[in-house]
Amino acid sequence: MKAAVITFPGSNCDRDLAVAFERAGADVVRVWHKDSALPAGVDVVGVPGGFSFGDYLRCGAIAAQSPIAAAVKAHADRGGYVIGICNGFQVLTEMRLLPGALMRNAGLKFICKTVELEVATTASDFTSGYTMGQHIRVPVAHHDGNYAVDAETLARIKAEDRIAFRYADNPNGSMADIAGVLSENRRVLGMMPHPERVVDAGHGGTDGMALFSSLIGKMALA
Amino acid sequence: MKARVTVMLKTGVLDVQGEAVRRALGTLGFEGVEAVRQGKVIELDLAATDKAAAEAEVKAMCEKLLANTVIEKYSVEIA
Repeated sequence: MKAAVITFPGSNCDRDLAVAFERAGADVVRVWHKDSALPAGVDVVGVPGGFSFGDYLRCGAIAAQSPIAAAVKAHADRGGYVIGICNGFQVLTEMRLLPGALMRNAGLKFICKTVELEVATTASDFTSGYTMGQHIRVPVAHHDGNYAVDAETLARIKAEDRIAFRYADNPNGSMADIAGVLSENRRVLGMMPHPERVVDAGHGGTDGMALFSSLIGKMALA
Repeated sequence: MKARVTVMLKTGVLDVQGEAVRRALGTLGFEGVEAVRQGKVIELDLAATDKAAAEAEVKAMCEKLLANTVIEKYSVEIA
C-alpha cells in the first residue's frame, strides 16, 4: 500500500499525516504541489491540514488549482482513495470532489480544542474500524470549519448515508453537525477534525488510529 | 481595460462576519443598521480591448476561481 501526502506552501500537518499512514503500515511518498503527477502505484492520497497559500482568496481555493490537484482529481475519478483533513477538506470542496463549502466559524473565533465526534456511518473504508454511533475524541484547529451546503444536496448526502462524522457538540455552526463527509463512491473523505493528531498515546489519545488502520488494512486485502 | 468583480455570499447564506459588524456598529451608537452583508472586491487590469470578450473571460475566472458558487455570487463591471 502506498500513500501519497501532498505538501502545499503553508501546509503544516503533512508530516503528522505521513506518520499516521506509516504507523498504519503504508509506504508513504511525499508529493510537492508543483508536481503534475502522482508517483506510480499510489493507493491513497492525503491532503493535509494547514494554511495552504496563506488562505488567500478563500481557504483551499488556490491549492485546488495547483498542478497536483488535477492528478488528485484524476486519481479520485479512477476510484482511488483520497482523504482531506482540515485545510485538506477545504481543498477537496474547492476542487468539487466533495459537496458543500467551509465557511467562517459561526462564533467567528479560531477554535483549537479536542471535540467529541459521533461516528455517523461505518459503511466506508475510512470508518469501518469504528462502531456505529461510537463517540471519539479528536482535535479541531480551524477558523473556517462551518460546513454549508444547499438544502437539496444536504438531503441527498443524508439519504445516501454520506455523513462520516458528526460533532456531538457543534463548535462551528456546521449544518447538520457535519464534521466529515464522504463522496458518492465513499472513497473520498473530507473532515475538519484531525485524526492524525490522535494516533499515539503521547498525543493524549489514539481515537484517530482506527481510521488509518481500517483504510490501510482494507487496501492490503484488496 | 479594467474589471471590478464583487463577490458576496448568496442571499440566504448566513453572513456571520456581516452580523458581527452590524452589532459592532450598534455598540458604537450607529442606530438603525438593520443588516450588514460583507464581501470582497477584486480589481483586474486586463490586456483585452473588447468589452464583451473581457466580460465573458472575467465571468469564467469567477466561475473557476474568484468565487465559490456553492456559497457565493458575483457581479462583474468592465470599465
